[in-house]
Amino acid sequence: MFGSAIIVFRETLEAALLIGIIAAATRGLSGRNLWLAVGVGVGLAGSLVVAGLTETIANLAEGAGQELFNAAILGIAVLMLGWHNIWMATHGREMAAQAKSVGNAVKSGQREMSALAILIALAVLREGSETALFLYGLAASAGSSRVSMLGGGLLGLVAGIAAGWALYSGLARIPLRHFFTVTSVLILFLAAGMAGQMARLLIQGDIIRSLVSPLWDSSSLLPMDSFLGNLLHLFAGYEARPSGMQVLFYTLTFLVILAGMRWSRTATSNKLTV
Amino acid sequence: MRALVLACLLYPLASLAADLELGLTIKDHRFTPTELKVPAGKKVKLVVSNQDSTPEEFESHELNREKLIAGNGKATIYIGPLAPGKYPFYGEFNEKTARGVIEAE
Repeated sequence: MFGSAIIVFRETLEAALLIGIIAAATRGLSGRNLWLAVGVGVGLAGSLVVAGLTETIANLAEGAGQELFNAAILGIAVLMLGWHNIWMATHGREMAAQAKSVGNAVKSGQREMSALAILIALAVLREGSETALFLYGLAASAGSSRVSMLGGGLLGLVAGIAAGWALYSGLARIPLRHFFTVTSVLILFLAAGMAGQMARLLIQGDIIRSLVSPLWDSSSLLPMDSFLGNLLHLFAGYEARPSGMQVLFYTLTFLVILAGMRWSRTATSNKLTV
Repeated sequence: MRALVLACLLYPLASLAADLELGLTIKDHRFTPTELKVPAGKKVKLVVSNQDSTPEEFESHELNREKLIAGNGKATIYIGPLAPGKYPFYGEFNEKTARGVIEAE
């Protein structure tokens, strides 16, 4: 029972944390809850479809279908997170300063929310399809432990959602002045980590080269299965044995989004002073 | 940004040389063989076939790999080039029984 709880918890956690961060970062945008619910709902429905198509997807692109599919999802997620951060670099300050949104901000806020709903749907779809497959496997296997394992799965699901909720409420306590800085930094690392994962998948599917692999090995210092290693992996994309290509994807994404945020901030302050 | 990503994707297209192919079978939530020897410094194509009706996830922190294999399905995982050494792997959905190790030499 405990084993299945942990597996489902791990799968749920990633999506739940992302939703927690996004929900916090979009505090104050009108219609937020509806958009979030739509994202989760579409993602759950999609994950059942994807779970059912696992074998078909896996066989695409000469066996690299699963990697390409997940890498594409991660790629879209990285673009949207990056765009969100760049958007927030200007609008976050306005919203913090005025504590209300007027005119254009409402319109672009809706566009922003619909893009984030897609992001959430994709995150739920990716993690959800794996969870659905795992639970299906449990349900299909015979044996007296089946009910307790499914119960464990449910427990893991609840625990994962609770973790996402805890993160959200923790973030919501941060004073508005620092709030957008905190969420932007979180999202910046999250996006860079996703880009690194994307590279790992493309290497695994033999679509790109790994360059130097591993570039370093910190597994004795901070193993991936330790608590801190896991935490850093979830929030900042930490890898104990990353390949050179993974580090390259990570670094480039980090720098490009950061530059975009700087540029967007300068562009608005110029407009305000002129 | 997009052009940059595209360039990164296209430039280092994997070499076209034929890869060494190795098979791994999952049955009753166990891997066979449990020990695989591969040459060090070479990319290896690992074909995992799952003969159980339930799905499994091939996972290895040491190899930096993770892949879902559907019930009664097959999956291809590229590993390496590896430095000489031992690389344990396991099935995440049945961690107690599904264990194995790849030895590069």
